[in-house]
This record gives sequence, C-alpha cells and structure tokens, in this order.
Amino acid sequence: MSIPFVAIEARPAPVSTEGLVPWMRRNLFGNPTSTVITLIMLALALLWLPKLLNWAVVHAVVAANADQCQAARGTGACWGVVAEKYRLIIFGRYPFEQQWRPLVATLLLGGLLVASCVRHFWRPQLALAWVVVLALFFALMRGGLLGLAPVETDRWGGLPLTMLLATLSIVGAFPLAVLVALGRRSKMPAIKTVCVLYVELIRGVPLVSVLFMASFMFPLFMPPGTSIDVLVRVLVGITLFAAAYMAEIVRGGLQAIPKGQQEAADTLGLTYWQAQRKIILPQALALVVPGIMNNFIAIFKDTSLVTIVSLYELTGSMSLALNSDSNWRPFKIEAYLFIAAIYFAFCFSMSRYSLWIEKQLSRSKNR
Amino acid sequence: MTARSAPPPKRDWSLRSRAVRAVLYQVLALTLIVLAVWFLAHNTLENMRVRGIQSGFDFLGGPAGFDIGEAAMPYESTEPYWKAFLVGVLNTLRVAITGIVLTTLLGTLIGVGRFSANAIVRGLCYGYVELFRNIPVLLQLLVWYLLLTEWLPDPAEPISLGGLVFLSKGGLSYPVPVWGLGQGLAALGAVAGVVGGWLWAKRARTHFELTGIQKPVLLPTLGLVLAGGLAGWLAGGAPMAWNLPKVGDVAVEGGSALTPEFISVLLGLTFYTAAFVAEVVRAGIASVPRGQAEACGALGLSKGQQMRLVVLPQALRVIIPPMTNQFLNLTKNSSLAVAIGYPDVVSISNTAINQTGRAVECIALIMLVYLITSLSTSGLMNWYNNRAAIKER
Repeated sequence: MSIPFVAIEARPAPVSTEGLVPWMRRNLFGNPTSTVITLIMLALALLWLPKLLNWAVVHAVVAANADQCQAARGTGACWGVVAEKYRLIIFGRYPFEQQWRPLVATLLLGGLLVASCVRHFWRPQLALAWVVVLALFFALMRGGLLGLAPVETDRWGGLPLTMLLATLSIVGAFPLAVLVALGRRSKMPAIKTVCVLYVELIRGVPLVSVLFMASFMFPLFMPPGTSIDVLVRVLVGITLFAAAYMAEIVRGGLQAIPKGQQEAADTLGLTYWQAQRKIILPQALALVVPGIMNNFIAIFKDTSLVTIVSLYELTGSMSLALNSDSNWRPFKIEAYLFIAAIYFAFCFSMSRYSLWIEKQLSRSKNR
Repeated sequence: MTARSAPPPKRDWSLRSRAVRAVLYQVLALTLIVLAVWFLAHNTLENMRVRGIQSGFDFLGGPAGFDIGEAAMPYESTEPYWKAFLVGVLNTLRVAITGIVLTTLLGTLIGVGRFSANAIVRGLCYGYVELFRNIPVLLQLLVWYLLLTEWLPDPAEPISLGGLVFLSKGGLSYPVPVWGLGQGLAALGAVAGVVGGWLWAKRARTHFELTGIQKPVLLPTLGLVLAGGLAGWLAGGAPMAWNLPKVGDVAVEGGSALTPEFISVLLGLTFYTAAFVAEVVRAGIASVPRGQAEACGALGLSKGQQMRLVVLPQALRVIIPPMTNQFLNLTKNSSLAVAIGYPDVVSISNTAINQTGRAVECIALIMLVYLITSLSTSGLMNWYNNRAAIKER
C-alpha cells in the first residue's frame, strides 16, 4: 500500500524581528516589570515635559530686557541674560572694544585643535602650525605690537583663558608625564625614588591646594625682586598636577609591553632612548589612548578651579559678569546653564573623539 | 687542553659602561634637585626675612579669632588655631564619608541600570552619566548652592514634609531623639545585635561548608539588631522624647539641621562622582563573560542568585581598584567646598593664611591632611581588594 501524498503545509512567515514595533516589544514591554516601568516613565514624561518646555521655550524671554525677565520670573526662563551678557561671559574682563582680538585668537586655537584631530593633518608641518598659532595667540591677546593696545594678563578671561590653560597644560604635561613614567620604571634607584615621590605626593593632594601653592607660595620661591605672572604660576601648577596623573596612565601602558620587546631592542643594539622612542613608547601609548583622553577631559574641566585663585576663566567670568549687575543677578541659573552647555559641548566631543581614535587603533589588531 | 676560563670582567670606568653612566646620571639628577631645592628654600627664607614674615607652627596655639559656620564639635572663636583646623578636618571627613556612601549606592544603581531590559531605563542611565561627567564639578556645586539658597522658600515659610522635616533657604531641619539613657542603651543593644549577627553569619558559613545546606543570614541579623535596640530602649525606660523642628518667626527652630552649604557640597560631589562610579560598575559587570550567566541558567540559579553568587564576586575584582580612585577623587574634590563657603579644612586654612600670612605652614597642613586621608583610604581599599582578589594556589 502506498502512502498517499500529503503536502506539508507551508510554514508561517517568520515573525519580524526588525523594525520599530518588534524593537519596542523587546525593549519596552519585554516583561511585566519592564512594561510597568515604561508606563510609569511615560506618565512622568507627560507630567513634567510640558512644564519643562513651558519654562524653557514657551514662556521664556529671549530679548535682553531685564523688566520682561523680571515679569516672567518663576514661569519662564530668562535667556535674555545670555543675550545681554554673552560677551562678558565669554571674554571676561578683556577691554570691550578690543574683544575681536580674543575672538580671532580663540578661533585660531580652536581651529588648530580641530585640525590636530584629523588624520589628514598628522604630519611634521603640524608642529610648525602649533608654534605659529600659539605665537599669534599671545601676540593678539597681549598686544603691544603692530599698533595693538597692550592688555595685561590679569584682564584675560572667559573662554580664551579656559582654552589656553587647558591646551598649554596638556601640551606641557604630556612630555613630562612620559619622562616621569619612564623614570618610575628605571633601574636607577635615585631617579626612581624621585619619580615615585613626585607622583604620589601630587596625587595625594587636591588641585585646589596646588593652586593655592602656586598663588601664595610661588612668589616666595623666586629670588627677591622678581615677580612672575599669575597666569604662568597657575599654568605651572596645573601642568605639574596633570603630569602626575598622566604619568600613572602611561606607566600602565609601559607595564603592558612584554619584556621581550625591550630585550629584542637591546639585541639589535638600539640605545635606551632609541628603544623607547621606536619600540616601547609607540606601543605603550597606543594602549592607553582612552585613559589619556579621559585625562585631557579632566584637565579641561579642572581649569574651572582657577577661579578660586582669582583668574576669571569661563566660570569665573560668568560670576563676575552677573554679580556686579543687580538687574541680572536673579537670572544666574540661566547663565550657569549656558556655560554648562559650553563645557558639555567641549567634553562630550572630546570623549566621542576618543572613541573614534580607539576604533582606529583597534583596526591594527583585527585581522 | 686546558679549559680557558673566561677573563674576569674588566671594570671599565669609561663613559661607555652602562653602570658608570647610571651612577653618573643619578649623581647629576640628585645634584640638580638638591640645587633646585636649595635655591627655592634660600629664596623663601630670604623673602620671608625681607617681608618680615614669621615662620613656624607656633601660631597654631594662638587664638583663631574667627567663627566657623558649622562645627561638628564645640568651637568658639577665642579657641586656638589647631582646634579650628580640627573642626575643618572633621567637616571634610563628614562630607567625604557621607558622599562616598551615597555615591556608591547611586553609582551602582545607575551602573546596573545600563544593563536593564528596559530601553528607557538604559537611556536615562546613559544620559545621566554623559551629562554629569562632562560638566565641571565646581560648576555643579555652584548650581546646587544657587538652587538651594535662591530657589527655595525663606526660612520663615519652609517646605514641610509631613510636618517633621523642613526644607528652606536655611537648610534641612529634621527631628532627632533627645539623647538620654534609653537611647544610649538602644544604640548599645543594636551594636550587640550587629556582633551577634556577625557571629551567626560565621556559624552559618561553617555549617554551609560542612553540610552544603544554607541557613538564612540577612533576616536573623536584622532581627538581632532590632531586638537588641528594642531591648536597650525598653531597659532604659522607653523614652519617647524627640527634639522636633518648629517653624519660628524668622527661621526653623529646634531639631537638627544640615546647612545649605553642606547639602550642596554633598549633592554636587555625589551626583558628579556617581557618574564615574556608574561607568566603573558597568565596566566591571561587562567584564564577566556572558557564558557565566548562561552557566548559571543551566545550573538553575535564579537571577538574584546569579548576580550575587557568580557575577558580582568576579566583577568586584575589576571594580575595586578604579572605585578606590573615585573615592579618593571625591575626597580631594571636597576641597572645592571653599568656593561656596563650607568650612572644610581648605577653607579654614585659607582664612588662616589671610590672617597670619603663614602660607607655607597652612598649605603643608592641608597637604598632610589629604595625604593621610588618601593613604588610609587606599590602605583600606587594598585590604578589601585582597579579600576579593582571585584565590589561587
């Protein structure tokens, strides 16, 4: 007897796992707890988002008019304070009619920083560009030549000062950190001890105390009669502080390089510095790029501390701009949000850039 | 044939010998450093002589002459400087220790939230981390201080939470029990309960290792603590007196209070550091291979058991060292309190420098205090790390 042919029923189409609805089913209503959380969050959003929007957008006063702002107080944000004070906040106490100079200087420095992040520009000429731009920056800010009115450093402030402090202390701290990290792994006991002492002492104390030292004690250290600009003193303080942290990160990278690399370099007859420069450091630094970038971000944020020793960078110049004006003082919170947004933009883009670099470096490892 | 023995290594006192150069470099480096230190010290002494600055720590015995807004111990402005410093150190420790506890809780919650099955929770946790770690902590402190001192109602008409806790520009007032015999005995009883619970946990562990049967630990311990406290309280005559805050004409009176300065330093440091702790916790959990969780499922462990018995012990090894760094950062960042006038050790030293001009001594004291705190924190965390570290043969 032959078995009658029965056609197997066609299988149902597979449940779609792509697209918005399946994604929501998985990620928003995956299980009972998840569903409850989603519903609570949606309810909260419905409750609060309109209020926030009302405050920040609908009832907000954008015009630089203190009376309107005062009238809208409590119901709407006063972005007018930013419209009114933005030049004071961004350029600090720099003479008002001369503020195109810090603007150009900041744009130059910012442009160079962005260019330095692009692979296309990674060539020897970049170092030359740095020298030129830094010289231009100081010439523009300081004046005193080409008919520019001289402006003392104690009137520098705002974003140019923040960027200058961050850039110069990063540029100064990095080579110092590499040297200290190498010194800490050196076989010479005296040099090793000095490096260990330096790193551990600095890492044990807060930056504020280093800055206090730079502003109170540094003048005592110098030969009588000489006076060093407060900007330079603070810069030295931040650089020494940042270098100690960075040295530990670099040391982490050095430790991860197998001993065989150094031994191979010795076998080839390379000198100590040749081996470090051509074999060890390129590998070690590549390993610790994320850590170094985090350190750069930390330095950028830490520059806000110099306001404690009366240098008016972004945070300080904001307080300065609003505290002196009783009409606008009640709207400090909006001004705080404004500079918080500036800091956020800088730090967030740095951390995104660090992710990109990491990807570039891991390319060599994935075959 | 006679075996030729290798010639004895010739001491080469030329510059081409590595050993000689090493000695030379070190002597050179040390000489430079000694010269630099001598130069700085000489200048400092010379400057002090020229400007008539006195040096030495003798000023610590003299009367401080300034008031301190909040002190954890009795303090008057006529008391000596060393006592003012002590008040500052206690204030620093108070904000640092509270901050470390709160940061650990909040940061762990947010770090675990990054693994939530719910996309909204994941998104919020990610947003929190990116927002709070990319804004300078000083700015955050200032914003909290502004919110607490300008946006809250006046102390005469505070926000009331159940009529017991009051929040206003004057700070946060809350009820405290009137300290007496009963409360003392209750605290003693609770401590006895903790000791009892610890002994019980030890026994339960031995029992588990012998028989493989688990005994409950958490509930009996809690019960012992509560019972101990209750017994002490009853033995002391069950006192019911509380010191309640009341709304007065100009301010909230009575009870205990936290100043706005303390709250803003605490909130600022906690929210900022929690973003970093969350990342540390996330990295730790992510470092445990997925296969471990799958193996737990195969063994029939519940989600909670899986986290507690398998994932966390392995994640802790990765988490503890960077977590120690974050705790140290929090402690050091507490020095930013000087910007909003919380009287921590840096702020007190700042006042002392302005009054006495002994900058070198005061800054040395600050550094000493922070060095001791940092070293003891890392010592404690290293001890804990050794306990959590992988046990190999």
